[in-house]
Amino acid sequence: MANYYKLIVMGLMTLLAMIAANYGRDAAYQAQALVVMLFAATAFIVTLRNTDEPVLVAVREQTYFDDVVRYGVIATALWGIVGFLMGTFIAFQLAFPALNFAWADGLANFGRLRPLHTSAVIFAFGGNALIATSFYVVQRTSAARLWGGNLAIWVFWGYQLVILTAAIGYLFGATQSKEYAEPEWFTDWLLTIVWLAYLAVFLGTIMRRKEKHIYVANWFYLSFIVTVAMLHVFNNISIPVSLLGSKSVQVFAGVQDAMTQWWYGHNAVGFFLTAGFLGMMYYFIPKQAERPVYSYKLSIIHFWALIFIYIWAGPHHLHYTALPDWAATLGMAFSVVLWMPSWGGMINGLMTLSGAWDKLRTDPILRMLVISVGFYGMSTFEGPMMSIRAVNSLSHYTDWTIGHVHSGALGWNGMITFGALYFLVPRLWNRERLYSLNAVSWHFWLATIGIVLYAAAMWVTGIMEGLMWREVDANGFLVNSFADTVAAKFPMYVVRGLGGVLYLAGAVIMCWNLWMTVKRSPALQSATLVQPAE
Amino acid sequence: MSKKNNKTDVPTTGHSWDGIEEFDNPMPRWWLWTFYACIVWAIGYTIAFPAWPLLRQATPGVLGYATRAEVQKDIETVELANATINETLSTVALADISADADLRAYATNKGAAVFRTWCAQCHGSGAAGVQANGYPNLLDNDWLWGGSIEDIHTSISHGIRNTQDQDTRFSEMPAFADILEPNDINAVVNYVMSLSGDAKDATQIDYGATVFLDNCSACHAEDGSGDRNQGAPNLTDAIWLYGSGYDNILAQVTQARNGVMPNWNTRLDEAEIRAVATYVHSLGGGEASK
Ligand code: HEC
Ligand code: HEC
Ligand code: HEM
Ligand code: HEM
Repeated sequence: MANYYKLIVMGLMTLLAMIAANYGRDAAYQAQALVVMLFAATAFIVTLRNTDEPVLVAVREQTYFDDVVRYGVIATALWGIVGFLMGTFIAFQLAFPALNFAWADGLANFGRLRPLHTSAVIFAFGGNALIATSFYVVQRTSAARLWGGNLAIWVFWGYQLVILTAAIGYLFGATQSKEYAEPEWFTDWLLTIVWLAYLAVFLGTIMRRKEKHIYVANWFYLSFIVTVAMLHVFNNISIPVSLLGSKSVQVFAGVQDAMTQWWYGHNAVGFFLTAGFLGMMYYFIPKQAERPVYSYKLSIIHFWALIFIYIWAGPHHLHYTALPDWAATLGMAFSVVLWMPSWGGMINGLMTLSGAWDKLRTDPILRMLVISVGFYGMSTFEGPMMSIRAVNSLSHYTDWTIGHVHSGALGWNGMITFGALYFLVPRLWNRERLYSLNAVSWHFWLATIGIVLYAAAMWVTGIMEGLMWREVDANGFLVNSFADTVAAKFPMYVVRGLGGVLYLAGAVIMCWNLWMTVKRSPALQSATLVQPAE
Repeated sequence: MSKKNNKTDVPTTGHSWDGIEEFDNPMPRWWLWTFYACIVWAIGYTIAFPAWPLLRQATPGVLGYATRAEVQKDIETVELANATINETLSTVALADISADADLRAYATNKGAAVFRTWCAQCHGSGAAGVQANGYPNLLDNDWLWGGSIEDIHTSISHGIRNTQDQDTRFSEMPAFADILEPNDINAVVNYVMSLSGDAKDATQIDYGATVFLDNCSACHAEDGSGDRNQGAPNLTDAIWLYGSGYDNILAQVTQARNGVMPNWNTRLDEAEIRAVATYVHSLGGGEASK
């Protein structure tokens, strides 16, 4: 019966999208509507073919729902490559502006590709990694199949649809000009629906868990899902100019808009790139190290401290702007207090290895997971430092921020995701082991050197340009023009680009290795049934 | 609760999820104390600086600090230190600025800073302009509107062909696409080319010269050497505002672009304008006052 409702909804959606594509007022909107139409029509056909087929619900409920995790793993790897490729390309565009080809102007110039990069890595690569691992982890640690029948698959495909419509919007220049929240109302509404479905699947699974307690990884995942829903809705309150066009008008204006945006922006870091990934960390490190988590108390305290304090730290993105001083002071004070709660996660991750440090020598996957926690610790020390007003007066607007971002993003988010993928693929495809541990070592070193080149180059250029901007002579006159600072950064821009190439190469090796694992590694003879651990 | 783990003496909490257990270790002391210290510091900091929003306004902080006041103070300090010399700079006769070594050094420094902030976007950070795009090179002695300190001062102060300033420099080369026949234009372009080098089609030069005399000489002078009163460029040198060669010249004659520069008298004060005029004048092409 449920299938009939689905058919009606998908049929209507196809029709509406068709109408929208026909009458749309701008190219971005029309292209987006076409993609929605394709997705809805495909969903319609697939649902139709499954309708009235017998489903062995009883048998199905005995197993974990891993199809969606497999999809997610593949999507993570592919989007990762896309995002890193974009990053590397825009890095070279900054070094060699000639790469902004005249024939691709208004489509593939830096301004169009930059949001494509940030969204591809954060939301497509990171988001798929979070969704896939959360589905995997919540099932195992709750000893329950995902709630909601096939809903998880709908979440997966819905999320890919959001990514595609967002990407199309960027290329065609449909943007609401809010960093990390660029997509226009159309995509925002889609994401809201998908995200609520995601929340339902996750919460539903936790509610039907067979374990008495909720494992710490799931607290983090849940806080990430709930908070992102809230942030997304508030930061995107806007009124469409027309239901048939992509443009919308923000409800907030001026400094209120800026504050809402960076409340969102900072917590995108805090809950998307930190809390969610800490959920990953709390599952994959103890699993891979085969050691108990270091301290239960620490995990409770740092969890609550982290999610309480993060919410207030946003104003450190708006030092020395129209934002009133009091708000900046509070943002800065909360950011500094955030230091230890952030490090709580690092300590729990690293100390979980106590008694198993020797494994680092033999297990490159564990090495990957551990270095990611190291980078997490580094960027969460750097962050509070940069939020101090006096430091920020130097670092703000410079490449130092870019370096900070990428030591967190490449080091922490990237490395832990790679580790999780290496962990998951043999298990999801029932293989005895990875195809090549040697290749993992190569990936590890390429990525690490890439990050070091990237971060070091950006510290140099960031501090250099910060100092050049503020350099004045004895009479108080500026010594450098802006173009002078750009020229001075050139060599380091090239180094950063090379760092990107190395990082990308590592990720390509990973994809090859995972592919070969599925194709070539010997199969494992066992089925995974739903069962409590003890 | 306590289930001993065989490797250490710390008990686990007794739970197990998918084989993951948790030790019941206490929080590291140094971690906890640093956390407390940060909180104490934060409370102190928010007492010292403007922080907590109340009904009417936020607490001002006991130190009385305000970022805007700090910036104001910085600006005032510098302005006070330079007040006397700025006064001199904005009142002496323009030609006398360079006569006084101290004043000249100060003005060139200050002018260079103004230039980096306000002019480099169009004229390039080295003042070499953007060739073939209408942003003139300010390093050479080929001036559109004149190279004496007075001329430069006027160009900067009132700008060129803008709509903001009544006294802006103004002139307009007509677009000859609507005025002359294509073969006339072809001829005159060849003639203009011949003034500084080789024409594309030498057979056209003679006829082109007559077209020029009838249509162009009022502005560019009979010999093509230009007229600074109208900002009409010298066409006999090899320096081009809109690029050399047949196609570029043809484009200018048919469509006639007329460059616009903002007036700076509403954005910069007199001392700054004089400083940047002195700086531009000092770059190499400066001419003596008349
Ligand atoms: C928006 C771009 C722009 C900016 C900014 C700008 N200029 Fe200009 N400037 C021009 C253009 C275009 C011309 C040429 C006008 C013409 O075709 O007659 C020009 C001409 C001049 C000239 C006259 C050159 C001559 O040959 O007679 C001087 C002097 C000058 N600029 C100085 C300055 C100074 C000093 C500043 C900074 C305070 C400045 N400009 C900022 C665009 C700009
Ligand atoms: C009303 C005055 C006037 C007349 C008439 C006029 N010009 Fe001009 N011409 C100008 C001015 C002024 C400029 C500079 C435009 C600017 O600064 O943007 C100019 C620029 C040019 C340039 C570009 C010079 C360079 O350095 O790139 C060429 C070539 C030129 N004129 C050729 C002609 C020819 C050929 C004719 C006659 C068919 C003609 N002009 C008639 C005023 C005139
Ligand atoms: C191959 C690896 C990568 C390269 C070469 C790269 C390169 C770049 C470049 C050149 C920029 C623009 C910087 C500027 O405007 O000056 C950028 C911005 C950004 N990148 Fe990456 N990137 C890579 C991977 C990643 C990953 C994996 C993430 C996140 C998970 C990420 C997140 C971001 C973010 C958030 C920004 C915006 C920063 C800001 O506005 O402050 N990048 N990246
Ligand atoms: C305690 C933790 C952290 C604090 C207090 C913090 C603080 C800061 C500060 C002060 C800035 C610079 C703002 C500016 O001058 O514009 C910044 C930028 C940024 N940080 Fe962090 N950071 C922390 C952790 C992280 C982590 C772990 C990541 C990523 C994984 C991250 C990602 C970013 C990004 C993407 C930006 C750039 C925002 C922009 O586009 O301008 N931060 N952070």
